[in-house]
Amino acid sequence: MGWIAVGVLSLGVATAFTLKAFNSNLVFFITPTQVAAGEAPQARVFRVGGLVKSGSVDRSEMTVRFVITDTAKEVPVQYQGILPDLFREGKGVVAQGKLDGQGRFIASEVLAKHDENYMPPEASHALAQARNQAGTPPQPERTP
Amino acid sequence: MIPELGHLALIFACVVAIVLGTLPLLGAHRQRQDWIALARPCALVFALLVLASFAALSWAFLRDDFSVLYVAQNSNSLLPSMYRFGAVWGGHEGSLLLWVAMLALWMLAVSVFSGQLPEAFMARVLGVLGLVAAGFLIFVLFASNPFERLLPVPDNGRDLNPMLQDPGLVFHPPMLYMGYVGFSVAFAFAVAALLGGRFDASWARWTRPWTIAAWVSLTLGIAMGSRWAYYVLGWGGWWFWDPVENASFMPWLAGTALMHSLAVAEKRGTFRAWTVLLAITAFSLSLLGTFLVRSGVLSSVHAFATDPRRGLFILALLIFVVGGSLTLFAFRAGQIKKQGKVDFALVSRESFLLTNNVLLVVATATVLLGTLYPLAIDALSLGKLSVGPPYFNTVFVPVMMPLLLLMGIGPMVSWRQADLAALVPRLRWAALLSLVGGMSAPLLFGDWSPLTALGLVLAMWIIAGAGFQIWDRSRAGRPALGWWGMQIAHIGVAVFVVGVTMVKGFETEKDVRMAPGDTVSIADHSFRLVGVRERTGPNFTAVVGDVDVLRDGKVIDVLHPEKRVYFSSSNPMTDAAIRTGWMRDLYVSLGEPLDGSLDGAWSVRIYDKPFVSWIWIGCCLMGLGGLFAMSDRRYRSRRGAKDGSPVLEGALT
Repeated sequence: MGWIAVGVLSLGVATAFTLKAFNSNLVFFITPTQVAAGEAPQARVFRVGGLVKSGSVDRSEMTVRFVITDTAKEVPVQYQGILPDLFREGKGVVAQGKLDGQGRFIASEVLAKHDENYMPPEASHALAQARNQAGTPPQPERTP
Repeated sequence: MIPELGHLALIFACVVAIVLGTLPLLGAHRQRQDWIALARPCALVFALLVLASFAALSWAFLRDDFSVLYVAQNSNSLLPSMYRFGAVWGGHEGSLLLWVAMLALWMLAVSVFSGQLPEAFMARVLGVLGLVAAGFLIFVLFASNPFERLLPVPDNGRDLNPMLQDPGLVFHPPMLYMGYVGFSVAFAFAVAALLGGRFDASWARWTRPWTIAAWVSLTLGIAMGSRWAYYVLGWGGWWFWDPVENASFMPWLAGTALMHSLAVAEKRGTFRAWTVLLAITAFSLSLLGTFLVRSGVLSSVHAFATDPRRGLFILALLIFVVGGSLTLFAFRAGQIKKQGKVDFALVSRESFLLTNNVLLVVATATVLLGTLYPLAIDALSLGKLSVGPPYFNTVFVPVMMPLLLLMGIGPMVSWRQADLAALVPRLRWAALLSLVGGMSAPLLFGDWSPLTALGLVLAMWIIAGAGFQIWDRSRAGRPALGWWGMQIAHIGVAVFVVGVTMVKGFETEKDVRMAPGDTVSIADHSFRLVGVRERTGPNFTAVVGDVDVLRDGKVIDVLHPEKRVYFSSSNPMTDAAIRTGWMRDLYVSLGEPLDGSLDGAWSVRIYDKPFVSWIWIGCCLMGLGGLFAMSDRRYRSRRGAKDGSPVLEGALT
């Protein structure tokens, strides 16, 4: 009996730790429109995606500045380091990081590690969201 | 003409697979010898047809037949011929054909090397493999035919994704797929046993070498992928907990558990139901991996242009295989349990291996949770999110620690009942050596940290334990190859742990601005950018940096990192330059030229990766150990089929 109790107890503790680690490492995806609306978490790492705005990349020093747009709203991004090969103006991008006090997104990671014809699903999702909100209201999908 | 023949061969292969998946299974059920006898010839014909079809596609690539859509999308007349061959599986359609071709090779191997198996059992094994093959071939023929023609014929192809133009492409996918698909054999053995209702020690002995073979391929395949990612992506990482990596890692974990539980099933006749369940799990996870990678639900380098139909089909196949085999298991599990009995003490080899299995399954489950949760949330339209690598590190490492600790002792513990008190004095020296060595070693390389010390203690513990056992056993006689295989593989794990610990603990990564003439120092080495020049390759132009590596003021090496632009693509590709060594890798890669800098400055990545090659050396040792284990003489004995379970009886007396 004693062994079973120890087993159940340690399993419980392990599960609790696992779920805690899991929960604190979920990285949510937020569109630029949501960031503009203040829906982004403040002290937590999240991902933002969209297109790299043409003409916005400033790479004169080791700190790179650029703007991510979903065509409706924009987020200024600052990144310290080397960008991936497939990072291009006008192409899809996903950045991971936090907002600073001035509404700037300080990226710790920039993901654009795909085929050149390939759009990260998060980025295309952000564009689709922005299109839906700006353009014609979406058709009612199903009748009640 | 040749592509049409390839297509035709594939259609015939599909028909043969359907015959193979039905008649021999029915024959074994109704004891009709003529239907049972169909299994081997069908498997042979199937394999030949699939390989012919594969050859036809390769031919189309080598001959630049751009009238084939798949060739036009993935090749180019300037593509070097090595990569043309690799390009056969460089896209979605071809990689599925590779999957089927690997299955054909495994079927061929099973029907050739398993002459000692009873005919009815053999018929069931090949029948189950035939059903899986039929499922995949229907998918290939209807949803991703690699032989589709393209009109009008383009002058040239779109070229292979530059990221894939690397020797890694020629070796990594076939090796990985050989491992993935190899678990289908263990799966087929398990389902055949469930259908026939026979689970004795000889069943486990038949299954073991096949499982180990698949595991070896998967181990090496994953290691090659890791090494490839290390140098080609220019990030210098060796594992990213990317969903695609996890997709291959989950079957590996389950397969490792299966390998160990098979040992118990063979030697002691227990753990049978559990072993069968693990065999089903390992293959199901392989299929899940295929689904994740090929359906395009994941965003990664491996996800090709998406077609929802394809994802749905693989998902349906997955549900069919998992659901079908689990249902069968549910009906037959009671019968298996009746044949075995639990008979071991708390301290025994059995409990050690049981703990091994529990830990590995828990590890698999944590990886599965982190991989599937974002997909589930997305599928339910609850938002988009991802699970960061810190989750995997926090959860995975604590699960692995006890596993490593027990690995040092496990092989010394005797079956059924062991005397722990007698073990302790024998382990004293190993424990002392690893504690002192592991605690002090980090001081030689830099700052001491508890995790680094722990990692090194555990690695030394395994090596010391293995050394002790080798010394002990080789005096007592000549141990079997299987025993050597186990020791080599366990030492491989230790070597791997050393690599991981040292890289994690002591790596230096610097992204710096460098103009020609600039010098940057890290870890007693200096790097001087001499200059940047241009170079033309067969299908690309490149900017090459010449970087002197200095130590104590003397140039010890010149590295040439490249930034390539392929003619067919507008994007550059980073080609890192690495000075590989036993103790450290020095890693340099070019970033971008900095805008508006007058002195021609570049952003440059300079890394020092201590002991990183031990990671892959460790994997190679694991693979080598597996090769030793599967060559053990007892798997080749032709007696197996007739005389019941000699090993089991031997162990009980």
